[in-house]
Amino acid sequence: MAWETVIGLEVHVQLSTKSKLFSGSSTQFGAEPNTQASIYDLALPGTLPVLNGEALRMAVKFGLAIGAEIGKKSVFDRKNYFYPDLPKGYQTSQLNHPTVGKGSLTVTLDDGTTKTIGITRAHMEEDAGKSLHEQFPHDTGIDLNRAGTPLLEIVSEPEIRSAKEAVAYLKKLHSLILYLGISDGDMSQGSMRCDANVSVRKVGETRFGTRAEIKNINSFRFVEKAILVEAQRQIDLIEDGGKVVQETRLYDADKNETRSMRSKEVANDYRYFPEPDLLPVVIDDAFIEAVRATLPELPDVKAARFQQQYGLSEYDANVLAAHRDTADFYETVANDCSDAKLAANWVMVDLQAVLNKSELDIAQSPVSAAALAGLIKRIKDSTISSKIAKTVFEAMVNSEGSADQIIDSKGLKQVSDSGAIEKMIDAIIAANPKQVEQYRSGQEKVFTFFVGQVMKESKGKANPAQVNEILQRKLKV
Amino acid sequence: MADMLQQGIAELAKSLARKDFSSAEVTRAYLDRIHAHNGDLNAYVTVTGDLALAQAQAADRARAAGTACTWAGIPFAHKDIFCTTGVRTACGSRMLDNFIAPYDATVVAKMNAAGMVMLGKTNMDEFAMGSSNETSWYGPVKNPWNRQLVPGGSSGGSAAAVAAHLCPAATATDTGGSIRQPASFCGLTGIKPTYGRVSRWGMIAFASSLDQAGVLTRSAEDAAILMQMMSGFDPKDSTSVDLPVPDYLASLEQPLKGLRIGLPKQHFAQGLNPQVEKLIRNALAEFEKLGATLKEVSLDNSHLSVSAYYVIAPAEASANLSRYDGVRYGYRCDKPADLEDLYKRSRAEGFGAEVKRRIMVGTYALSAGFYDAYYIKAQKIRRLIKDDFDRAFNDVDVIMGPTSPHTAFALGSKNKDQDPVAMYLEDIYTIAVNLAGLPGLSIPAGLVNGLPVGLQIVGRDWSEGQLLNIAHKFQQATDWHTRTPGVGPGVSGEK
Repeated sequence: MAWETVIGLEVHVQLSTKSKLFSGSSTQFGAEPNTQASIYDLALPGTLPVLNGEALRMAVKFGLAIGAEIGKKSVFDRKNYFYPDLPKGYQTSQLNHPTVGKGSLTVTLDDGTTKTIGITRAHMEEDAGKSLHEQFPHDTGIDLNRAGTPLLEIVSEPEIRSAKEAVAYLKKLHSLILYLGISDGDMSQGSMRCDANVSVRKVGETRFGTRAEIKNINSFRFVEKAILVEAQRQIDLIEDGGKVVQETRLYDADKNETRSMRSKEVANDYRYFPEPDLLPVVIDDAFIEAVRATLPELPDVKAARFQQQYGLSEYDANVLAAHRDTADFYETVANDCSDAKLAANWVMVDLQAVLNKSELDIAQSPVSAAALAGLIKRIKDSTISSKIAKTVFEAMVNSEGSADQIIDSKGLKQVSDSGAIEKMIDAIIAANPKQVEQYRSGQEKVFTFFVGQVMKESKGKANPAQVNEILQRKLKV
Repeated sequence: MADMLQQGIAELAKSLARKDFSSAEVTRAYLDRIHAHNGDLNAYVTVTGDLALAQAQAADRARAAGTACTWAGIPFAHKDIFCTTGVRTACGSRMLDNFIAPYDATVVAKMNAAGMVMLGKTNMDEFAMGSSNETSWYGPVKNPWNRQLVPGGSSGGSAAAVAAHLCPAATATDTGGSIRQPASFCGLTGIKPTYGRVSRWGMIAFASSLDQAGVLTRSAEDAAILMQMMSGFDPKDSTSVDLPVPDYLASLEQPLKGLRIGLPKQHFAQGLNPQVEKLIRNALAEFEKLGATLKEVSLDNSHLSVSAYYVIAPAEASANLSRYDGVRYGYRCDKPADLEDLYKRSRAEGFGAEVKRRIMVGTYALSAGFYDAYYIKAQKIRRLIKDDFDRAFNDVDVIMGPTSPHTAFALGSKNKDQDPVAMYLEDIYTIAVNLAGLPGLSIPAGLVNGLPVGLQIVGRDWSEGQLLNIAHKFQQATDWHTRTPGVGPGVSGEK
């Protein structure tokens, strides 16, 4: 029996504002516990919220980037529940009138096809603090540094149909928020957290199955694994005659399984009502247009431009445009060296390999865009061959200087003097009569032996095109 | 020296400027009076004698140096709902009996900046929930006019303190009538400004969309001075409004000729004590003498105001009071077994019966399945009530009527635990004003059997200056506001 997985994702993105959503406390990660909690964050009596305008601008920016309706009048609501890391006893969120309404995100799947996934809404809310259990054997510690940090909760439609699609959606979202500069997107620090609503149904069925919500998945890889394992759990359950229960589950990466959590809280009634300490947030067209003016060129637009302007393939263009820093780096290289395709290859293959190996971001690249362009120029003007270029690049990664300096100091300049190459070839032909005989009797494979000999003799510096041409001419005679 | 205790804010400023006496002297005189009579009245829960004297001496030094503000050195009291750095702010609750704020409410900061001298913090209904000052953890306040009676609530401590001359004026707050009803019961001038006029920062929340700070004084002129000091936009309170504050003192003397007064027929109907009505009619006749005209108006939905209020206010309160959980500050139960026990017992033991009742009512009203029927419906009624006022203000400039249907009632007479609704109906004429966000004021309009009666004046949004002007002109033409209960020696009373 064929099954289909239906997935909707709720992604919490921590907005990278300097201060909290409703107070002036710093949002810096990693400070001593409770050193970044103001009297409002501590919910002392009589304290009141004041909306951080920067957080609002960031939310609107995101909304514009996904082509969403922007709420001209958004309303904050109180979501009531008791928990020690929620000092006010309610979380200030947006229920019925979010800042960002319906929008969409188009993702490219592994097979190269694209799919547009609807985004239901994105609303602003404050984060809770943290309960610390490990440091205290008999007590629970509470750190309120994170309490009140602005979050944008981005809710997708249940239009995702596989774990891989879910990952593609998340990666696209991640790329977008980095492009927009509204979050550092660091999943390991919780700047981006994902809840996945997963249900299964038989192929052809139009109604949704009962869903389970997997909470707080903190890496792309775990999202994929958690969805796969949860979908399989549900399928097994149904096929064994059981029923899926609507509940919150937790993914255990060590055991690669999901398990039920907080069954006591399933019946939680959050008693939402409009936050009376804040007026509705009313924004006008001028505000929206001012935010629109700050939008950078977005990944899809950039990728299209890369294809058109630089003649790149769709795949290359998408890879290079996916991250803003990579795209900027690539464009600098391409424009400096005037060979967009070579530039694309070097950035995507050689440079990427070095970055992967040393676990560096492109912003921390040991070879600058200008330096890489300098290397590519020497390939283009035949100063060095592509093969020698790899050697030069390696030296550049090891900070041995610019391409030109390394070529000079190591004497790697390509020999393009046809007289010199001819001399070298004449000597090699003379010294290897047996191989010449073989070649002339039709064993053309022996040709590579001669090329190898010339390269060995020239220490790799002979211009390969010239070597080919002269060898062919001389061996024919 | 006794004379100085008779003086209001305006007179005290003149006396201090003339150096008739020093701030330290008048402060000491008040502290002595508080010492003599507070045990009986229970108006203050905290007396800050040392702090007051230090503030008074600083004001005296500033005056000697010629750097003092006009109002520097004038003593007053704060309702114990305003957070005061270093001085306990208990809000009438066991829950906050040990709470000392590390910050000042904006109202407190503004009065400090003006050089005012805080004598102490006044008793109040727990979290401002009550109309008799009987729900306070610190015990009931007695009405200085008759110790068997309540002073009104929730600002009962402030009202009793001003009426008994334990301070010349006091701050107060009003969510459904908590300034105006005590003003009426204690023979004072009490003003609740337009919602958004005064910052709520540092003022402990009961119902955020209804709470407003104001003052209780012995004259409209004094109220004008203090409102000038307290009002204005505060970037720390998003619901405060960024509008310039007019000069309230400058407009006090405007003639009332041509003033159109609306009389809501619903406020002169069944339930109003006939003797109270008579005094209100007399006051209205006085206004006619001053050139005003009277016109009946109708506030069609006023009969719904108490019901709507007792959904909205408890709903907001249920969330506002969630922070009192025994975790970070305030009352914590002894030896909690686990988290749930900590929550349950801290809140069960820390809150009084009326507060718990309202938390439960509010929680219920917001619950899934009931929200539309209660909260949403109440909000619709709130809109209708506001519309009623808007319609009335098409024809009239202000609305007048009784502040309360009767004079102060006996302590314990409205047994709140068995019939809370009887107590809720206390605010029948005042509550709609909060729901509509309008400014309202109560001034003494005479005595029934030796007990004060209050006249309520309600105006359009931001019309505080006009209300104070109207009250002031009335007080120039009458002397009801000068009648005092005469507590102990040194202050002449009504006898």
